[in-house]
Amino acid sequence: MTPVKQISVFVENKHGKLSSVARYLADGGVSIRAMCMADTTDFGIFRLLVSDYEKAEKVLKAAGITCSVTEVLVVEIEDTPGAFADAMAVLADNHISLEYAYAFLTPTIGKAYIIIRVEDNIGAAKILTDNGIKIVSQEEIV
Amino acid sequence: MFFQKDIETMPRKQLEELQLERLKWTVDYCYKNVPFYTKKLDEAGVTADKIKSLEDIRYIPPTTKADLRDNYPFGLFAKPMKEIVRIHASSGTTGKPTVVGYTKHDLDIWSDCMARICTAAGATSDDIVQISFGYGMFTGALGLHYGLEKIGATVIPNSSGNTEKALMYMRDFGTTALVATPSYALYMCETAKSLEYPMSDYKLKLGLFGSEGCTPEMRTQIENGWGLFATDNYGMSELMGPGVSGECRERNGLHFNEDFFLPEIVDSETLEAKPEGEYGELLVTTLTKEGIPLLRYRTRDITKLTYEPCKCGRTHARMEKVQGRSDDMLKIRGVNIFPSQIESVLISIDQVSPHYQLVVRREGFADTLEVQVELVDSSLLDSYGKIQQLQKDIGRKIQTVLGIQCKISIVEHGTIERFVGKAKRVVDLRKENK
Ligand SMILES: [Zn+2]
Repeated sequence: MTPVKQISVFVENKHGKLSSVARYLADGGVSIRAMCMADTTDFGIFRLLVSDYEKAEKVLKAAGITCSVTEVLVVEIEDTPGAFADAMAVLADNHISLEYAYAFLTPTIGKAYIIIRVEDNIGAAKILTDNGIKIVSQEEIV
Repeated sequence: MFFQKDIETMPRKQLEELQLERLKWTVDYCYKNVPFYTKKLDEAGVTADKIKSLEDIRYIPPTTKADLRDNYPFGLFAKPMKEIVRIHASSGTTGKPTVVGYTKHDLDIWSDCMARICTAAGATSDDIVQISFGYGMFTGALGLHYGLEKIGATVIPNSSGNTEKALMYMRDFGTTALVATPSYALYMCETAKSLEYPMSDYKLKLGLFGSEGCTPEMRTQIENGWGLFATDNYGMSELMGPGVSGECRERNGLHFNEDFFLPEIVDSETLEAKPEGEYGELLVTTLTKEGIPLLRYRTRDITKLTYEPCKCGRTHARMEKVQGRSDDMLKIRGVNIFPSQIESVLISIDQVSPHYQLVVRREGFADTLEVQVELVDSSLLDSYGKIQQLQKDIGRKIQTVLGIQCKISIVEHGTIERFVGKAKRVVDLRKENK
């Protein structure tokens, strides 16, 4: 139940910014496993799970892009109706609030991964595993 | 340390007698050699004989930057080109540049002025000084260059531009003093820290900064970043270049070279003299200049003067750091605002860089001010809430200082332009709608 490292990139809502971030990563040989982009009226935060977060951070910083590495939980659920609702119910019942969440599918093994950001990663991970929900490790992302 | 002690510590009475004598000479010289002034002085009914005391300067009509531009290029020169040995020009943001010419005598005085200021700041013949002003038509680089050579310092005419190469010279040549704009000195420091060399490879101990304003907070950042002692000097190409005034080690105002430049502080709207110690626009009359003498030149800079003797022993008047420019002053919803006020707020906030841009717009009938700042603290990226909180905090602090609300935009680090010369911080879009 180890938290996974996520890269966050500050982006102004400007043309071509996302593509340039993606291009720097590609040129550095880093693959994007999951991403989410949300914005307010004048700036956004681009969040990514990547194959090699250390390299991604290095490549982006060298390009002068403001970014940081934060820890998130990756929760594995069945790719079936109701599975997501059940996982969220566990968090809600234990009064764990989400700062944000996003998801991606793994078609090969028929599972869905939900990336969640909570105040207390270790506490939330314990509650989820106690309820039979699997937490994915960094190694499994790569 | 003094370069010309007897003049720099001259009793005020004696200094004022010298000023009066030179003022009369300048009025007469302008009248006889510059048709623009002949006409202007005739219209005002002023002749050198009418100037009986320094206060009588108020009868002389002021000269503006527009007068220089209207007489482009050499219309205000008082000497034939045969006697002019150097030309400089300041880039005009609007229209033609303003052009100035120097006789051999003017250049001698200029380097004396600079030598005095550099010595007062603590520079000596032991210093290795790197000049990071752009050489060329701009007066900054050559002004400092000749002054520093005059005191025997080793000058590296590095100019502006390639920052990494400039830093290499600094490390390899053991540069002890830096001539730059404050914002470029700060940028160089940021760059130095991003390179693989430790800061202990740099030997800087003195900064001779000028050409743009510097808030106390920015100065502290530069001093802490480089571990140097920062001094300010002041001037403008119309008057000569840098060398009009500069700080001594007391750093309690910039000593005017009063035997060459006569300062006045006036109300920028009525042009009435302000009492000593009150803020107003600085007017300067050149007292010995031959190439392009100027009477009561409107600098547009807002400052104040004190004639109290300084602890350093100099008797020449001290001007306070320029608070802003009467034409940079933004009037937003009836409130007077100087960009330097906003800068002093930003520099106290660690999460953003000190580089900023102001955008003024007219929306409907109301003026709005947008302050763009760069995010440097990447730990805030974890949540929108933290960035929005930062926006709110900055907005509240600026409102406390300015008394008006403004919009704070957080932009990516490195996207606001770094200026090597005078920083252009304000984009006023209201003018486009007129
Ligand atoms: Zn002094």
